Amino acid sequence: MSARDDILGRVRGALGRTGAAAPPPVPEYANAALVPERAKGPPAALVARFIDMAEEVSATVDRVAQRGDVAAAIAAWLDREGLPRRIAMSPDPALESCGWDGVADLDIRRGPTAGDDPVSVTPAVAGVAETGSLMVASGPRTPYTLNFLPDTHIAVLDAGRIVGGYEDAWAGMRPNGETGAALPRTVTLITGPSRSSDIERTVTIGVHGPRRLHIVIVGTADGEEAV
Amino acid sequence: MAHLDSLRFSENAARAKADANLQAALAKLQRDTRTSRPVVTGRLPEFEALRDRAVAIKNHTLAHLDHYLEQFEANLQAAGGHVHWCSDADAARDAILKICRAAGAKTVGKGKSMVSEEIALNDHLLANGLEVVETDLGEYILQLREETPSHLVMPAIHLKKEQVADTFREFHTNLDPSRPLDEPEAMTEEARNTLREKFLAADVGITGANMLVAETGSIVVVTNEGNGGLTQTLPRVHIAIATIEKVVPRIEDALTVLRILARSATGQEITCYTTTATGPRRPDDTDGPEEFHLVLLDNGRTKLLEGEFREVLRCIRCGACQSACPVYGAVGGHAYGGVYGGPIGAVLMPALNGIEHAWTLPEASSFCGNCEAVCPMRIPLPGLMRRWRDIAHARKLNKARARQGLAIWAWVARRPALYRLGARLAAGTLKRLGGRRGRFRSLPLAGGWTSVRDLPAPEGGTFVERWHRERGAGGSPK
Repeated sequence: MSARDDILGRVRGALGRTGAAAPPPVPEYANAALVPERAKGPPAALVARFIDMAEEVSATVDRVAQRGDVAAAIAAWLDREGLPRRIAMSPDPALESCGWDGVADLDIRRGPTAGDDPVSVTPAVAGVAETGSLMVASGPRTPYTLNFLPDTHIAVLDAGRIVGGYEDAWAGMRPNGETGAALPRTVTLITGPSRSSDIERTVTIGVHGPRRLHIVIVGTADGEEAV
Repeated sequence: MAHLDSLRFSENAARAKADANLQAALAKLQRDTRTSRPVVTGRLPEFEALRDRAVAIKNHTLAHLDHYLEQFEANLQAAGGHVHWCSDADAARDAILKICRAAGAKTVGKGKSMVSEEIALNDHLLANGLEVVETDLGEYILQLREETPSHLVMPAIHLKKEQVADTFREFHTNLDPSRPLDEPEAMTEEARNTLREKFLAADVGITGANMLVAETGSIVVVTNEGNGGLTQTLPRVHIAIATIEKVVPRIEDALTVLRILARSATGQEITCYTTTATGPRRPDDTDGPEEFHLVLLDNGRTKLLEGEFREVLRCIRCGACQSACPVYGAVGGHAYGGVYGGPIGAVLMPALNGIEHAWTLPEASSFCGNCEAVCPMRIPLPGLMRRWRDIAHARKLNKARARQGLAIWAWVARRPALYRLGARLAAGTLKRLGGRRGRFRSLPLAGGWTSVRDLPAPEGGTFVERWHRERGAGGSPK
């Protein structure tokens, strides 16, 4: 007998059954997700909450009116922070309309990083108001390493993609209940820059992941005034 | 140092009480826990309801565990991942070594994993010629010091920053001696720079998994440092190791558990990084591991599933019970002499190592109930410890003197008239001896109590007498 058969046999024995498991009935709780109140509200309120929560965990947030303004806003922020105008960017067509040509002296490289890029720019699939988390997914146009290796991670997020709870973000990720290989290899919730409190419980920002997380929100949600 | 000496709990505890560094570190943990937990749970009015929901999810999953394990396996295989079923620690160690060898690996980067501690994985890989580097800051410090984690989520909580600085100076020999290394920021920076090279050089990455999602074939890994993300992406091969009870049915179930996990563990709303990964890199991906292996381990879980300890399988390893426990807070995790310390250790270690090797741990409880009160999965830890005490007593594992004492007490307690007489005599005598001060500074047979505090003297009457007096003649004490 294989270890697999052994283990499943012991599980069934422990549960007082023999033979293969019938699919269990869908438990009652599965029909209604328990989503906290703070994850609910009109779009404008969710954007405001997303920003509050993200800033609470030391992310910084910038807002621009339209996608074409993103490049200039990023360049200005890099200058303010004293960071080099050198970015590694996701090779994502959605990022190409950000107005890069309008900014001089911005050195852009597209593709994954091996750890020697100081700043990355990636798209975010969603923003989750509940905890100020970004959802990012890996794929051919969105290398995973860009979210983790650079010292500074800049994420570009459409205001219309800010949702209330984790469930809402995941529903957008798998509209048809995708499983296995139909899902991106990784779907990651990023909440603030990396940190540790392993030494005397003192919170220290910037461990293995980025030291800075900067979120550029593009446009406005329904009910918001123009940026 | 992964020796198991749970039976020496008393000696370990005495040593821990005399360790000033440890006592200072534990005092800080207790202070922080008392202040941070109410804040973060108070901000989420649904916290208690979420606990109930998480309990229901786990109970349902455990009741249909075979189904969900098979579903998980099928979905992970459909994503191109490999599943290695392993009954015990030996099998898991061998499976992992075999994968490393097949990959031609020389170096292994590791994310934090309690299961890997449980199976002493590092020792096995090192003995077989592999270089293994822990990447979690706390675990890395412990690896340099050849120590084991003393808390589930704060592995180096027993160390003062000065000890960490000394460790870095000893092992990072290229460090400029004049460089200040006083504060956690400087030490974190030092570790970051050293470990960055290790991440990039590792052939194999090994992580644990906080959850397995049956409906998608995904693993969920949470970290604050980002090391979990890097460990499972940069190397050519990613091996995740998880025990069978880590599975949940659906993504939504995992999200419910996530809402209580970090809040219970560190007092955060959510950890910085929550990565849900499904299989190896896709044909068009530009990064990610070429191979993904999931080592699915039993190691005693099926035994727990069948019996009265099933509820402990709901544990999500948040460490809340440890942070809240006065015994853990007095002696730290190492005193428990095994991989898991604190209340969860007192219930798990007897199951994993045999009650004959760990009967001392369920004894090390004041039964104050803090652990059960904070456990997000509502595991009845004091009740389960009590069951282990029963079992240890029935098997005559506890001290003969304790058994004799209990036997005498039981003999008397079964004879109500004698019991009441004894109680009245004792109460009266103690009242007289206690005199005007009403307290005892020392008392024969009660040295364990009076060595650290006074014993208040009884006020004279017994409980039964008072019951009769206050309930009148008709009241019958039960």
